[in-house]
Amino acid sequence: MNIIRNILVGTTALCAATAVTAADLEVTHWWTSGGEAAAVSEFAKALNEKTEHNWVDGAIAGSGGTARPIIISRILGGDPMHATQLNHGRQAEELIEAGLLLDLTDVAEAEGWKDIVNPSSLLDSCTVDGRVYCAPVNIHSWQWIWLSHKAYADAGVDVPSNWDEFVAAAPALEAAGKIPLAMGQQPWQSSGAFGVMAIAIAGIDAWTAVNVDKDAAVAGGADYARVFEAAANARTFAANSNVQDWNQATNLVITGQAGGQIMGDWAQGEFAVAEQTAGVDYTCLPGLGVNEIISTGGDAFYFPKQNDADIEAAQKELAALLLSPEVQVSFNLKKGSLPVRGDVDLSAANDCMQKGLEILASGAILPSGDQTLSPDTSGQIEDLMVEFWNDPSYSAADAQERFAAIIADAD
Amino acid sequence: MSITENASVRQDRSSRKPPNRMFKNMTAKIASIPMVFTALVVFIGCTVWTIYHSFTRSRLLPAPDKWVGLDQYERLWSTRRWLVSIENLAIYGICSMILSLVIGFTLAALLDRKIRGEAVFRTIFLYPFALSFIVTGLVWQWILNPQFGIQSVVQKLGWSGFAFDPLNNPDIVIYGILIAGIWQGSGFIMVIMLAGLRGIDEDIWKATRVDGIATWKTYLVVIIPMMRPIFVTALVLIASGIIKVYDLVVAQTSGGPGIASEVPAKYVIEKMFQSQNLGQGFAASTMMLVSVLVVLIPWAYLEFGGKRRD
Repeated sequence: MNIIRNILVGTTALCAATAVTAADLEVTHWWTSGGEAAAVSEFAKALNEKTEHNWVDGAIAGSGGTARPIIISRILGGDPMHATQLNHGRQAEELIEAGLLLDLTDVAEAEGWKDIVNPSSLLDSCTVDGRVYCAPVNIHSWQWIWLSHKAYADAGVDVPSNWDEFVAAAPALEAAGKIPLAMGQQPWQSSGAFGVMAIAIAGIDAWTAVNVDKDAAVAGGADYARVFEAAANARTFAANSNVQDWNQATNLVITGQAGGQIMGDWAQGEFAVAEQTAGVDYTCLPGLGVNEIISTGGDAFYFPKQNDADIEAAQKELAALLLSPEVQVSFNLKKGSLPVRGDVDLSAANDCMQKGLEILASGAILPSGDQTLSPDTSGQIEDLMVEFWNDPSYSAADAQERFAAIIADAD
Repeated sequence: MSITENASVRQDRSSRKPPNRMFKNMTAKIASIPMVFTALVVFIGCTVWTIYHSFTRSRLLPAPDKWVGLDQYERLWSTRRWLVSIENLAIYGICSMILSLVIGFTLAALLDRKIRGEAVFRTIFLYPFALSFIVTGLVWQWILNPQFGIQSVVQKLGWSGFAFDPLNNPDIVIYGILIAGIWQGSGFIMVIMLAGLRGIDEDIWKATRVDGIATWKTYLVVIIPMMRPIFVTALVLIASGIIKVYDLVVAQTSGGPGIASEVPAKYVIEKMFQSQNLGQGFAASTMMLVSVLVVLIPWAYLEFGGKRRD
């Protein structure tokens, strides 16, 4: 009894001393796979331990495609959560213009985000008219292929070191009863894998012309024709991969049933949960081993406006906490993503993350599709890609023609 | 939709009555004001608002001043996913309409033959209706799963060449969804039909028996025409279920493989909230409304216009 009373008294004293009212902060996100959940619990732990406030977890199962509509309709519908994950970039553009999100500029200035966030494009994506509206928490890059050592050992071939070798090794894997390429059926996965192949095969200039300058001539040109051919090829490798979620596909690689998977660096977290070691059990190749470059999209937290000064203060406290060095390290190690600040010590990171950090330091970075294309255009590309990947009769030339038309209309 | 249509048609008729009747039965009229108000604001008002905004370039938020004319519709009808959705809805709609009515009526007629244990069968047949479409979709996803479901059961029984895997075949995936839809909905149609059959006077049956008409013929030429209002009710219920089919597809296939089992309602939702393109979603939902009206207006004309001439 005495102990509890002491704790209570202590807490009250602390509250009085800091003059902050404890708030329950509901945070929505779609981090539900094993590795992701472990990472997000680091945020929750930090908030619960380091501040007066409580983290109320509002995980939404399914992919971002499922969660985003729920999050956005809650904000628009007048039932906003206190903080939410979104991919920064253009997804929240109109919410900001409509004045539904909290302005974090004072936090950003107090914490010096401008100087610590690297690459600075991440903060730029959060900035509208000079005001900061979101807190970037990590850098995710799509440009990775994950290869299972076990699958290649079973098939009796060497683990490929680039995309061409991967293609050459595919028949051997098939002969050994393996799926050469694991691929989930969700639209964003098809579309993302295509984007990765575009950077690796068509090259950075062509990719930039299409995704940043929206040049339909390049999208319909010879460079992209090679990408579509390669994708049509990859489609046959993935023909037997009948799983839905990306982590189920990753699991095929972890268990050695599939040779490889084109997936962003969040797949890293799954390998970590399965206690596999980079370089021993699996290999990761940035840019498919062809163009070592990463795109620097990522996740950011947005804080919908509340009519309560106490909660607003708590929201700002959380925003500052998310970018604090210790939280950045603990979160990103679990998540397998790169921290948004270059000044933290990540020597605990494994091989794959080190590779990512090196590329990041060398400056071989691109903006992500989320930052350059509107959700509408991304949606159209996803529709095209999911059809293309699933319908073997859909020819590469037809798909490319359709793709060029989408880029021509893009805004 | 059809309910409001009925209501508005009925209102037209009542307003044509002589004016002194206006104040007759005031209590009932006052009592119906909330519903009239709801119909005007929610159904008509929101419909007009939606149609108006389908001509704009609204993205995440409605933008009434960004007028683009028919652009959204042009894009809609050149989108393959929308065309596939319409085709799927047509196949699903026609098959589910016919099969629900045939299966529902047949089951009801069989139950009406004074069989033993009628209540048990009635409960069994109606039970699927107690499940939501989401649960139905998930259940059938497992039943049709080639590794665990029907296919593997039949293969284990000895027919090793047996293949039945509709959900992974783009050409027939919509029939896999259809099976689940019929399973869920036909029990309910059966109950409605059974109620209709119970409403048929026993003397009619006696008369046909005296005249020596075969049972099946009695059903076809005497009973079914007498049950016309019941059929109309069933038709309206089935039709509204068809046009809004969404959750079943989401649970069972989420539109896959590829885009082979997409439906219009799913297109609307995804364009509005996922792609953040309200204008496109509104254009698609307006087309859904038009397709309902194309079916409904001739029917309402026949149903109500015909009676007035009598």
